[in-house]
Amino acid sequence: MALKLDSKIPAGALADKWSNHKAAIKVVSPANKRKLDIIIVGTGLGGASAAASLGEMGYNVKVFCIQDSPRRAHSIAAQGGINAAKNYQNDNDSVYRLFYDTIKGGDYRAREANVYRLAEVSNLIIDQCVAQGVPFAREYGGLLANRSFGGAQVSRTFYARGQTGQQLLLGAYAALNKEIAAGSVKSYPRHEMLDIVVEDGEAKGIIARNLVTGEIERHGAHAVVIATGGYGNVFFLSTNAMGSNGSAAFQCYRKGAGFANPCFTQIHPTCIPIHGTQQSKLTLMSESLRNDGRIWVPKKMEDVEAIRKGTKKPSDIAEEDRDYYLERRYPAFGNLVPRDVASRAAKERCDAGYGVNETGLAVFLDFKTAIERLGEDIIKQRYGNLFDMYEEITDVSPYKEPMQIFPAVHYTMGGIWVDYNLMTTIPGLYAIGEANFSDHGANRLGASALMQGLADGYFVLPYTIGDYLSKKIQAPKVSTDTPAFAEAEKAVKEKIEKLFSINGKQSVDDIHKRLGNIMWNNVGMARTKESLEKAIKEIQALRKEFWTDVKVVGTANSFNVELEKALRLVDYLELGELMARDALNREESCGGHFRSEHQTEEGEALRHDDEFAYAAVWEYKGMDKEPELTKEPLDYEFTHRAQRNYKD
Amino acid sequence: MNFKLKIWRQKDAKSQGAFETYEVKNISADTSFLEMLDILNNDLVHAGKEPVAFDHDCREGICGMCSLHINGHAHGPAQAVTTCQMYMRKFKDGSTITIEPWRSAAFPVIKDLVVNRGAYDEILQAGGFVSVRTNSVPDGNAIPIPKKDADESMDAAACVGCGACAATCKNGSAMLFVAARVSSLAKLPQGRVEGARRAKAMVAKMDELGFGNCTNTGACQAECPKQISIAHIARLNREFLAAKLQD
Amino acid sequence: MSCFLCNSSLGKKLVMSVTGCCLVLFLLFHMAMNLVALINPAGYNTICALLGANWYAVVATVGLAALVVLHFMYALILTVNNYRARGSQRYAVTANEPGVEWASKNMLVLGVIVILGLLLHLVHFWSKMMLVELMGAEGTMVAGEFVHATDGATLVAFTFSKWYNVVLYLVWLTALWFHLNHGVWSMFQTVGWANDVWYPRLKCASKVVSTLVILGFAAVIVGFFVMSICGCGVEVCTDACCAGHNHAH
Repeated sequence: MALKLDSKIPAGALADKWSNHKAAIKVVSPANKRKLDIIIVGTGLGGASAAASLGEMGYNVKVFCIQDSPRRAHSIAAQGGINAAKNYQNDNDSVYRLFYDTIKGGDYRAREANVYRLAEVSNLIIDQCVAQGVPFAREYGGLLANRSFGGAQVSRTFYARGQTGQQLLLGAYAALNKEIAAGSVKSYPRHEMLDIVVEDGEAKGIIARNLVTGEIERHGAHAVVIATGGYGNVFFLSTNAMGSNGSAAFQCYRKGAGFANPCFTQIHPTCIPIHGTQQSKLTLMSESLRNDGRIWVPKKMEDVEAIRKGTKKPSDIAEEDRDYYLERRYPAFGNLVPRDVASRAAKERCDAGYGVNETGLAVFLDFKTAIERLGEDIIKQRYGNLFDMYEEITDVSPYKEPMQIFPAVHYTMGGIWVDYNLMTTIPGLYAIGEANFSDHGANRLGASALMQGLADGYFVLPYTIGDYLSKKIQAPKVSTDTPAFAEAEKAVKEKIEKLFSINGKQSVDDIHKRLGNIMWNNVGMARTKESLEKAIKEIQALRKEFWTDVKVVGTANSFNVELEKALRLVDYLELGELMARDALNREESCGGHFRSEHQTEEGEALRHDDEFAYAAVWEYKGMDKEPELTKEPLDYEFTHRAQRNYKD
Repeated sequence: MNFKLKIWRQKDAKSQGAFETYEVKNISADTSFLEMLDILNNDLVHAGKEPVAFDHDCREGICGMCSLHINGHAHGPAQAVTTCQMYMRKFKDGSTITIEPWRSAAFPVIKDLVVNRGAYDEILQAGGFVSVRTNSVPDGNAIPIPKKDADESMDAAACVGCGACAATCKNGSAMLFVAARVSSLAKLPQGRVEGARRAKAMVAKMDELGFGNCTNTGACQAECPKQISIAHIARLNREFLAAKLQD
Repeated sequence: MSCFLCNSSLGKKLVMSVTGCCLVLFLLFHMAMNLVALINPAGYNTICALLGANWYAVVATVGLAALVVLHFMYALILTVNNYRARGSQRYAVTANEPGVEWASKNMLVLGVIVILGLLLHLVHFWSKMMLVELMGAEGTMVAGEFVHATDGATLVAFTFSKWYNVVLYLVWLTALWFHLNHGVWSMFQTVGWANDVWYPRLKCASKVVSTLVILGFAAVIVGFFVMSICGCGVEVCTDACCAGHNHAH
């Protein structure tokens, strides 16, 4: 039976949809809110802001995170900023322009209504964060400062030094703390959700593992919200935190929630290149560097070779021998093209042999021009901490020599399918932030992830969840003493026992690294039918190997990181295949998804709107069974779909 | 590069711990400290032994999760970085490296090098927030804030809550952590409103949780990965005393 | 109010700061007074007489004693708290954090040395001066000679003619120098009168104050010792002494 997808997009003009919808949906009275329980999994910008807002409204909230404190969720790592259509810079910005840039940046694969709502509430986010004491950068007049970001021709990004994500999360975490102190929210740090419990077709709670004691716990609620971020760590090496994982989202998929556009992965153009086989993660250098940095490779192959050999320094290469390829190919946006475009352009140059380090997988990001124009002091003010960090890692000072950068997996636009209310195909189960699929289409613009997390958590979910919960005001407390909970708990315990019983030869990381290689080589920046079919076969084989040869040491009833990693890898091994399947199905190139068979003569992504203007929603059918595809058509009523053009 | 590692191993909170010695070989100088531990752990797993438990997450110096006391220094001998941002080129080839968990009565060991820093959450829950409700706020530009104040607030807000200050302090004092939050909010008009209440509540909670007293040694700022100045402690003192004198 | 000075960490620190500040002021006064002994022994004895067993001097002495006791008791309480806060398991390896003064980590040890020195000092001087007067006596026998209770100059000359006293006092002063070096700027920090701009200034002022105090005291000690070996010991118990004595009555 195919999934029934009702996106619940309200009727009416684009600008009125959200107001109309808010007016139409039901609310829960304060007396009834007290009787309703909500579980939120994840405490990043989405989870923390939702928990704080819902607690404040009067619901009983339980919030779970795998880290030792809610403050450590990976939202903190966002450096550059958060977009809002404030038009404080008087550069003719507007809600519509932010909406349009986001839709276009997403290569016309997002829902218009969702994206417009996102742009609409973006302004509220800035107000909210300022009121919470987020120390945004300010001008001498005391007003908020802005910077530019990729994919936009206006300056609409608000920032707090190189730590915007950290500061926004501290704001949301503080709001959460306020509610924890007030008793409306209960926090469960070092807890990992291992299953979602569905009873009578509705989400009724979760099974969680206390990561300190290893105890398996049951938690019931009238609604469950998944805010666990993205699944980029399928690739092993990514800019995600080591603990970021796709398991919570994947359990929802297993229990019947549709998973949309899994293949839409964002490869971030400005990461520090890989240096060896023992590396554990890739470090991102903020996209804001592209404001003043110029990206280039040498024009002449002999220069490339000289740099690789170390006989020439990058600064020795004369201006006329440098190929500022982004400025050459995209004169209008130059170094500020969207991430997918910049990443692919770097890959194109490196594939042509112009990569500038030993591995041939690096290009230069050069601040020479900016330092000459603005002086070292200003550059230091703007990017000092990033430059220091770069030097710490690579032993090279970006003030003297250009940085080396290369694209790396960064963000997953795909995720759990949700309707306009952010509810999944399982009633009572919601997904917000990066965990859902809704707002970024096939590519996310810089500084928009923070915007979406906070929009969902502060301004959308707290209203839309009421529409569902208003039907539950008569419902008693959710009992965890039911067959559904018992069954879910039993399944989790059996899975854990099974993992220990294999006692094979390979460590979890050994297998994860191999999965990462398969993914990067075949489901990475450029995908082909052959590579994807190969990936599916290889992943299936690797999965078999995992279930027969993995070695998980330690015990179930203790703090056991190996077990945590093994449980996550179980899901990556299926998620990887799902990504490949989705990529194989999508016979077009769009945003972060680039099928080599589908490109323009100039090598740009070639969409096929007639065939693929839909969100691909997959339904789980079993571990070794093909998932079933349902399509949610994306009707563009208000914008004209065009080939993305960043040239003029 | 080759190293000898002396690592604190402790089964759980209740067990007695002890140092164990390991050797790691052929480590590239570009390897980060935590990657070096990953390599050790992978070897241990292959040998059927339990890997060393240590906290870490973002590995880019911002989440505040990593927390190792290396050769007598919180976050190791490098300045202004967290453990994850330290690279093996900082160590002498062939040397012995001693790795211990944070030691503070308020941060009990959970396992090996992992400690419980829940006390920091509790302190922030006592008052490290501005009491505003979602959606009931004025425009972001309604109150201009002098750039200098916003910058100072940001200096303090850079705290990642890693616990190095209390772990380093010979008195086990959490003052730099508490001060960073109090000071950051005190420099902004939005935070000023309940400044007195915040300072009193957070200090009271800090005392209650068994942290020690600041004796102005400045060890915290020396080891702080975000180089937060003890000037914020002075501001906390001022805020607290002014609040108390008005009681 | 009273509560937070006993219960709260910052309240206790405030007590340390304020008592410390008063004691520093006293030291400055005492040092200035001592210098008089070097310049004009008779004048010094006049001061001694003024500060004999007069009610205001006794009240001030009791006040001073209270300050010392408070400062020391609070230091002990704070140290015990701090030791507990550090936890039962200590670091196997410790290192010096860059920029951290040695004194700041050893204030209690330095304080104990200062207190021991103080006791010695009380035996040497106070017990032979104010205490004698309080007991109703006129003076006491020192090394076989009668020394009048207000004849500070003679006591000074006698005490610092002995090399071991000189050494003990100099050790004491060294400890005091370190103690003040951290203590003076620290008391500003504790009451919140400090910031990044003022740290260098405050730390410089700390050094200046502690060095002044110590140099002032040491000058008298060394001065009298040198005089004693040069054989030009001060003969003071003449007019000045009697004058002082008469004034006191």
